[in-house]
Amino acid sequence: MSPDTIAGMYELLDQVTGYIYPNEIEIHWSILIVVYPYVTGLVAGAFILASLVKVFSVEAVRPTYRLALLTALSFLLVAPLPLLLHLGRPERFYEILLTPNPTSAMAMFGFVYAWYLMGVLLLEIWFEYRRDLVVLARQHDGRWMRLVHRVLSLWSSDISEAAIRFDKRAIKAITLIGIPSAFLLHGYVGFIFGSVKANPWWGSVLMPIVFLMSAIVSGIALVIFLYMVITALRRQPIDMPCVDTITSYLFYAVIVDFSLEALDFIHRLYQSEESVKILARLISNKLFMSLFVLQILLGMFIPLGILIVAKSGKFNEDLRKLMYFTAVILIQLGIFSTRWNVVIGGQLFSKSFRGLMTYKMEVMGIEGLLTALVLLALPFAILFVLVRVLPTTRLEEQAPRALPHAAGD
Amino acid sequence: MRIPEQVKRLGLLTVILVSVVLVGRFVLIPRALVAKELHREAAVQREAARPVKLAGSALCQECHDDVATKKRAGFHKGLSCEGCHGPAAQHTEDPSAVKPPAPRDRKFCPVCHAYDASRPTGFPQINPTSHNPLKPCISCHNPHDPVPPNVPRECSACHGQIEHTKAVSSHALLACTTCHKVPEQHRKTPHTAAPTKPETREFCIGCHGQASTRKEAPKIEAAHGGSYLCWQCHYPHLPEGRS
Amino acid sequence: MNKRDFLKGMILFFPAGGLLELAREAHATEGPAAAAPAASAPAAPATNGKASGIGKAYDAGSHFYGMGIEVDKCIGCSRCVEACKAENNVPAEPFYFRTWVERYSIKKDGEAVVECINVRGKHAGDRVEDEPDVLRTFFVPKLCNHCANPPCVQVCPVGATFATKDGVVLVDGTRCVGCRYCIQACPYGARYLNPATRTADKCTFCYHRLVKGLNPACVEVCPTQARIFGDLKSKASRLVRFARMNKIHVLKPALNTEPKVYYAQLDGEVR
Repeated sequence: MSPDTIAGMYELLDQVTGYIYPNEIEIHWSILIVVYPYVTGLVAGAFILASLVKVFSVEAVRPTYRLALLTALSFLLVAPLPLLLHLGRPERFYEILLTPNPTSAMAMFGFVYAWYLMGVLLLEIWFEYRRDLVVLARQHDGRWMRLVHRVLSLWSSDISEAAIRFDKRAIKAITLIGIPSAFLLHGYVGFIFGSVKANPWWGSVLMPIVFLMSAIVSGIALVIFLYMVITALRRQPIDMPCVDTITSYLFYAVIVDFSLEALDFIHRLYQSEESVKILARLISNKLFMSLFVLQILLGMFIPLGILIVAKSGKFNEDLRKLMYFTAVILIQLGIFSTRWNVVIGGQLFSKSFRGLMTYKMEVMGIEGLLTALVLLALPFAILFVLVRVLPTTRLEEQAPRALPHAAGD
Repeated sequence: MRIPEQVKRLGLLTVILVSVVLVGRFVLIPRALVAKELHREAAVQREAARPVKLAGSALCQECHDDVATKKRAGFHKGLSCEGCHGPAAQHTEDPSAVKPPAPRDRKFCPVCHAYDASRPTGFPQINPTSHNPLKPCISCHNPHDPVPPNVPRECSACHGQIEHTKAVSSHALLACTTCHKVPEQHRKTPHTAAPTKPETREFCIGCHGQASTRKEAPKIEAAHGGSYLCWQCHYPHLPEGRS
Repeated sequence: MNKRDFLKGMILFFPAGGLLELAREAHATEGPAAAAPAASAPAAPATNGKASGIGKAYDAGSHFYGMGIEVDKCIGCSRCVEACKAENNVPAEPFYFRTWVERYSIKKDGEAVVECINVRGKHAGDRVEDEPDVLRTFFVPKLCNHCANPPCVQVCPVGATFATKDGVVLVDGTRCVGCRYCIQACPYGARYLNPATRTADKCTFCYHRLVKGLNPACVEVCPTQARIFGDLKSKASRLVRFARMNKIHVLKPALNTEPKVYYAQLDGEVR
């Protein structure tokens, strides 16, 4: 053990208040495990937004449909990375796939993840893009890009009306299965925490549901953010009715999310179980900033206020865009704080219910802040590559002069 | 019905992927890598094969029978040899090469015998600073038969907690023997000859009744407390919690 | 081991076993206790310290281990903690414990002050002055409870932690991936991540000693026999007698983990 770590642990010991079991001094699930539910949440949320178009036929949202799918894919690809990096023995990760323990939520999540990636997301993306890929495989300027498109389309060539109709029906069916799959994906992450009876901050029936709702909030907010950024970068006109519709859904999602979290809070306070005293100390001492200020005030109340104001008044388009943009950024901050409060917060109090610890986040190091930031930035890099290969708008909707190779820009 | 071309292609890809996974998992990967029972059996064997560091007192006796006999009759009969001499399994393997240390420092015995309020009363405790300072413990107490050289004069030698409590109470100046009859044997074999406790109200009334001549003892009415014994409410070593 | 040594072992062994019983009885009553039959003591001859695997004589299915703790006997000397660290190569720093001892001071106003005496400066006997206003104060040894319904086994994603047939919960150090879910799931704080191997670690009831018929290291060195180890399947074991003579408590019974470390004289303030 390195002397730095030992010295660090002694410092942590000095910051303990009350009594903790001696082994609890080490906070085991670091910021990487905060990033993980945040990222999977974005996946689920983005997919739910996409499903609004295909299953609930909310046509206004269609301009963001492909973007939502690609966003979900980018974040889904990054999701296992924080898990891999936080393992004490990452070189043994394959054990989870070879000999999973069927009673372990963490092990079963691996299979839910695999199903969602292959059986839902990739499948839906493939059906959505197949026609465009076939066209691009024929018409693209670059030789290598043509090959890429041909491979991605699995050497498909039929773009007749009947085939396209089939694709559309397939997408609808996949999305229908995809919605509960997305619920399962992120609900499972919530269950990983919610099933831990040893920890009263985590162990609650509401945990999977609260996780899911905040996932939907963050996913929708992210797609709005990306849509606004991408259209601005491309200097294309933004589809305001689309954005207005999506922000309405965002508004409802935030209301539901807030109601669930308020219910959890009121329920705990009213029941007044044994753990309520230490949890009260936890949120007033250790989590005051991240819970009351970041999660609730900045992450929910203020964005809600902004959205209400934006939708009530007769503000012009530019002002509305600014308000929406601010709101979605604050919401992302709020949902990240939510994950922090659950993951880190749950480890800051002792299971003896008698003491509080501190989490010292390292900056460098495999579980440090820098790694977390890189992991958060990585999906955007992947998305950047993806939108170059897979156009975000259907080919026939683009201007006739815009040749295929300009489509991905 | 004509199967659409894209379904054919997808189907082919799926079949390829699934076959690769199934073949890889169930055919290529050897059973030893995935069989849970084999893993657990191996883990149990590995765990069981760890080296033993503490030999256990039973083994020490085999060679050090004389010490064991002496210890068997004394106050330390319940102690394991390695509790003081440290892990000795290596010594049992090669007695002349590895010798367990014999602690002789004054700092060692207070680990068990220093006064601590949380220790059960009746366990012999001393104040390491004031109890024969600078003298090694073993100069008076044989660790294998630690009979104190003088039979303890004070009750506080074993009942330090009570002594500390009483010392700041209104009963501070009362000797233990004021209320407790202590047989002489109690100092030598405490558990076999227990001191008495006052069994009647009349005992306390002797000092606290109206007829008592003790000026400093608070007086009570005869009806006070009904038929309960006094110490069922009042803790005699710290009555009323007053210091 | 040759015949001579074996016989010598056996000859010394029964009286030794009987005397251990005698010692325990005498400590309680100091009367001339009858030497209890050595059936309660381990069945195999005491072996030397060589590392060896499970002999053919050991049948895991016929044992089911548990531990009893008499809280009123613990003097907080921490011999158990040090013996455990020595026996099992536990890292010496005060952040990694397979077993530890807590001190409880319950004040007259009901407030319970708890501390672990194995961290710096808190050892028994360190404090010069008594705490004021203390109603009750005592030590409580803690360790892995080797639950019969272990939440740690339930959540391990790779099945690296498991319960053996003889009731000991072990960690397979070669398969643990270090995800630390088990550490989160343990309600008793009994697990830690070994900084050297970066895998989960915890008390094993000194399994390597059990299969040789020895007691766990902590039980071996306890000067007041506050820890009682035994076989719940045995007809005459120290643990069975302990369970007969004492009202038994376990830690956090509401969580239904079915712990197999049984406490006698456990105060309600202990978590």
